[in-house]
Amino acid sequence: MILGTIFLQSSNFIDACYIVAFSLFIYGMSGLTGPRTAVRGNKIAAVGMAIAIIATLLTPHVLSGSSTPWLMALGIVIGVAVGVPAARNVRMTAIPQMVALFNGVGGGAVAIIAWIEYRHHFGGTFELRIEIPSLFAAIVGSVSFWGSNIAFGKLQEILPGRPIKLPGQSFVNGVLFTICVASAVVLAAGTHSQALFILGILLAAALLGNMVVLPIGGADMPVVISLLNAFTGLSAAATGVALNNTALIVAGMIVGASGTILTNLMAKAMNRSVPAIVAGGFGGAIAAPAGGGDEDRGPVRSTSAQDVAIQLSYARQVVIAPGYGMAVAQAQHAVRELEKALEKKGVTVKFAIHPVAGRMPGHMNVLLAEADVPYDLLREMDEINPEFPRTDVTLVIGANDVTNPAAKNEPGSPIYGMPILEVNESGAVIVLKRSMASGFAGIDNPLFYDPKTAMLFGDAKQSVSDITSEVQAL
Amino acid sequence: MSVITDIAILVLAAFVGFEVISKVPNTLHTPLMSGTNAIHGIVLLGGLLLMHEAHGVLEHGLLVIAIAFGTINIVGGFLVTDRMLGMFKRKPDLPSGGDAGKEIEGP
Repeated sequence: MILGTIFLQSSNFIDACYIVAFSLFIYGMSGLTGPRTAVRGNKIAAVGMAIAIIATLLTPHVLSGSSTPWLMALGIVIGVAVGVPAARNVRMTAIPQMVALFNGVGGGAVAIIAWIEYRHHFGGTFELRIEIPSLFAAIVGSVSFWGSNIAFGKLQEILPGRPIKLPGQSFVNGVLFTICVASAVVLAAGTHSQALFILGILLAAALLGNMVVLPIGGADMPVVISLLNAFTGLSAAATGVALNNTALIVAGMIVGASGTILTNLMAKAMNRSVPAIVAGGFGGAIAAPAGGGDEDRGPVRSTSAQDVAIQLSYARQVVIAPGYGMAVAQAQHAVRELEKALEKKGVTVKFAIHPVAGRMPGHMNVLLAEADVPYDLLREMDEINPEFPRTDVTLVIGANDVTNPAAKNEPGSPIYGMPILEVNESGAVIVLKRSMASGFAGIDNPLFYDPKTAMLFGDAKQSVSDITSEVQAL
Repeated sequence: MSVITDIAILVLAAFVGFEVISKVPNTLHTPLMSGTNAIHGIVLLGGLLLMHEAHGVLEHGLLVIAIAFGTINIVGGFLVTDRMLGMFKRKPDLPSGGDAGKEIEGP
């Protein structure tokens, strides 16, 4: 019995558990590469997490002290009580906000732990190998916490999604960043100041997180969340170095690496650079001119559900290009019904998925999968673009910027160069839209004025159901 | 363990991360983001490790918050990812009409 306890608490056994845990993380992540293995991959990673937590609790002294286990249990119970219902009840359309929020609390945990770590060494010996990663973790964790909360607020529409411009904002950001770094250097050089740590590091980084994310337009939000996700990962890895904990180092670094890749992929898909996004680029500066002067584009043709139904029913191939509007209107199930009705009429239906349609990469896939749209009907941008000239009708449901031909032919446009779904190449285009308001990026879309385009105004879900019943009636 | 060992682990882990994840298809990016998001909740371990060294109400309170945050991150992250991925799975497609009964509510 005692021998067993000694074995379980030996540092070799605990290290071995950590190795098992991060092997499971890596194995689980590689399962995420295919839709068939992904569910299992996620579960495997979760098992790895459970092993890491149990191993930590077995570490000698970790449970010592009469209140320690109770306080741990309290934290975990609160976490479960908040996290489980949030994850269970969130609507699929609100996933991006949820990821932002979960990311934010992770960053917050990192910052708090770094603060405690600092307090413990306050006034005493503080080796640089512990201090430097702690300071790094405090800054990055704090930025991530506040940045993610702002991102959540914007996506949840608590804060206006439009970029908020602040005067002299890049100067202020520069100053805040300098304060963070300078405070870190002063602290690392041997000054022990609790106040400097709280004000110079935690508070300055918090302001920086707010200031950096506030001016960023909603269209860039997925990239920002991904970037903050990578940040939290890196700061967790830094905490791992400070605490000398292998599981934290490996897990944090894997997240840091994956988040970086994802951020770059997304930025590339929008033909933007990450620094330009962080500097608060389009979406902001452009919004004003786009609202004003573009009235000379020509007339907009509007159509009825009945006409659309006829057009669709007699087409050979119909491509559906969904966007955030579909998510907002919860129209994915209605879209699935339409797809089934059209297939019954012998029409080939395909879905064109832009990599950044919606508010996250893969956002549309998740929604369509929720509505049981078969996976093999979904086409990625590069696959579907050559097919548009052979497509009779393209139905654009709540997508705007990702179909904007200005990205191809108007060098002056702020989104010039961004790869788009070339829906204007197809025989006819029908755009389902609530109103003529411009997209999240605040840029006018010449597609709507194209003579080939007809607009069907109204709530996407209602419009799609109307079209479906008309198709069924034909 | 020395600093050098830690840094070596750090660097190798970065490469593993790049390798494993660059193979993920576009369509699974949201679940991937959410899944990796859950994994960095591992910082919870930091909160657990420090609890017995904490002094005073402030530190204990902060650590309870940190543990709660980490738990939300882990539990929420894995659950949301699982829900999302569950939607990708299943099929082969039911014969039409089979799934007609399952109507999902509006907003």
